[in-house]
Amino acid sequence: MNAIIFSALMGVVMMFSGILTQNKSVLKYIAATGLLLLIAANLLNAEAVFSIKVNTHGLISFDRFGLYFNTIAFTATLVYVLLSGSDIGKVGSGLYTADFFALIFFVLCGLSILSSFNGLLMLFLGIEILSIPLYILTGADKRNLKSNEASLKYFLMGSFTTGILLMGIALIYGATGSFAIQAPPIVPSTGMVRASFLEVAGLILLFVSMAFKASAAPFHFWTPDVYDGAPSVFTSFMATIVKAAVFIAFIRLFQGQAVVLGPSWKILVSFVILATLLIGNVTAVFQQSVKRMLAYSSIAQAGFMLFALFSGNDLGKEGILLYTAAYSLATIGIFAVLIKMNDYTLEGFNGLAARQPVLAFVTTVCLMSLAGIPLTAGFFAKYYMLASAVKAGGALWLVVIAIVFAAISVYYYFRVIQAMYFREGEAGTAPISSGFKIMLIIVAALIILTGIWPSLVLSGFYF
Amino acid sequence: MPIQYYIFLCLTLFSIGIIGVLTRRNAIIVFMCVELMLNAVNLLLVAFSKMHHGAAATVDAATTAGIDGQLFVFFIMVVAAAEVSVGLAIIVMMFRNIHSVDINFLNRLKN
Repeated sequence: MNAIIFSALMGVVMMFSGILTQNKSVLKYIAATGLLLLIAANLLNAEAVFSIKVNTHGLISFDRFGLYFNTIAFTATLVYVLLSGSDIGKVGSGLYTADFFALIFFVLCGLSILSSFNGLLMLFLGIEILSIPLYILTGADKRNLKSNEASLKYFLMGSFTTGILLMGIALIYGATGSFAIQAPPIVPSTGMVRASFLEVAGLILLFVSMAFKASAAPFHFWTPDVYDGAPSVFTSFMATIVKAAVFIAFIRLFQGQAVVLGPSWKILVSFVILATLLIGNVTAVFQQSVKRMLAYSSIAQAGFMLFALFSGNDLGKEGILLYTAAYSLATIGIFAVLIKMNDYTLEGFNGLAARQPVLAFVTTVCLMSLAGIPLTAGFFAKYYMLASAVKAGGALWLVVIAIVFAAISVYYYFRVIQAMYFREGEAGTAPISSGFKIMLIIVAALIILTGIWPSLVLSGFYF
Repeated sequence: MPIQYYIFLCLTLFSIGIIGVLTRRNAIIVFMCVELMLNAVNLLLVAFSKMHHGAAATVDAATTAGIDGQLFVFFIMVVAAAEVSVGLAIIVMMFRNIHSVDINFLNRLKN
């Protein structure tokens, strides 16, 4: 409960501090302090030292998994604010910095509901609290037509999906008479769950709408346009922390409900994984803009995250936590560099290593982590995901295909590294401060440390 | 009335909404179709709520079964209102820049 209350409060605090000061670096440090408080409050809750007790009538239940996910997401947001916080102030006319931070805190409020919901009502509210601020952030650059377009597209797609989600919820309510997400009882004589047609239809609709939000193929088509059109600072936030939150909600929702669909559940998920990996990776190969390539790569990474949904065991849960940490750190790092570039195309990166060696090195580490090269965090993240699928059994073919696609992904990630180190060019960047470089090096160090000792992230889950 | 009538009515409204979203080109009308989808769900939830309440009331007259369905409707209304405010703001922002609310405009990002 601490996380939900404190994040909402911090959003209000940020809005008021926008009245008191327009100084962007002050606002950035207020936001960073708020995030530190939020992490502390959430940790106290997880350790059961101090937590605000609210009787939620079973609508929300806090467990170790959800609380630990909150900690990882808040920490990633802190890294994001420290790295890219000053660029948030440059979006649009630059007058609304405090409001953007406030919206980020409201997104975090939705995130902490999604990591702890215990009924379909809270799932719906969490998704909406998460999405509505994002529509605004996507359109933050008011005079930019691309931003407008992305915002309208995201909004129309998002509210359309909400309609589908609600229809699913209504059908499930009609069949069962409750909004609970617990697994229905198994009938002893058949060994299966007795589910009516309405309940199955409702679950399929829920699955479709969650796949929409998580940008899994074949419901991914809005993702590249929205990620490309949104201001880069906010794309970085949307593609990492928000996406991970949707996956946590996805897993929470279906860990009990998957039995209703019976054996067809695995077929459905493996089809979606296959389509997501195929479309994400193959399309990313042909992109000339690095920002658009990262949008497609985020679809491809979603394919790997879906393995946690497929396996549904504890190894998968550990994996999704590690994946969240590894993927968020790497993508936030790359986007922080990308925002500083004058030209977002691949040619824009030509010769970056000669001009800005630190930036080029950190981008290399981040890209290697995304590709899953050993000694970076991304390797163990992918390993846990695939290991959980092997443990769950029955899908060795899918694991093999995933490894092939991981190899394909190396091609388009390494094209950027090749451009930076082995091409001649005048890669132009905005002025880089030394504080920014130090933060980037810390991010790279964290990625490598997690790659050597993944228990650094995971031990917090158990102790 | 049997519950099937309500289900068919709601599914019809919902489908009209979906078809509208997929075929119309005016952003405001697309948006109205989304609202139609949400209201179809509201109607369905109220109907189911009444059905569950009726079934439980034959056993225990003072039952509160079915209340949660009606509560959900209020939440949907509130969230829909919040969505309307943000959505209309986005449409107005776009109208100021291009003096049109035609969503065929949304194809520029592809190139």
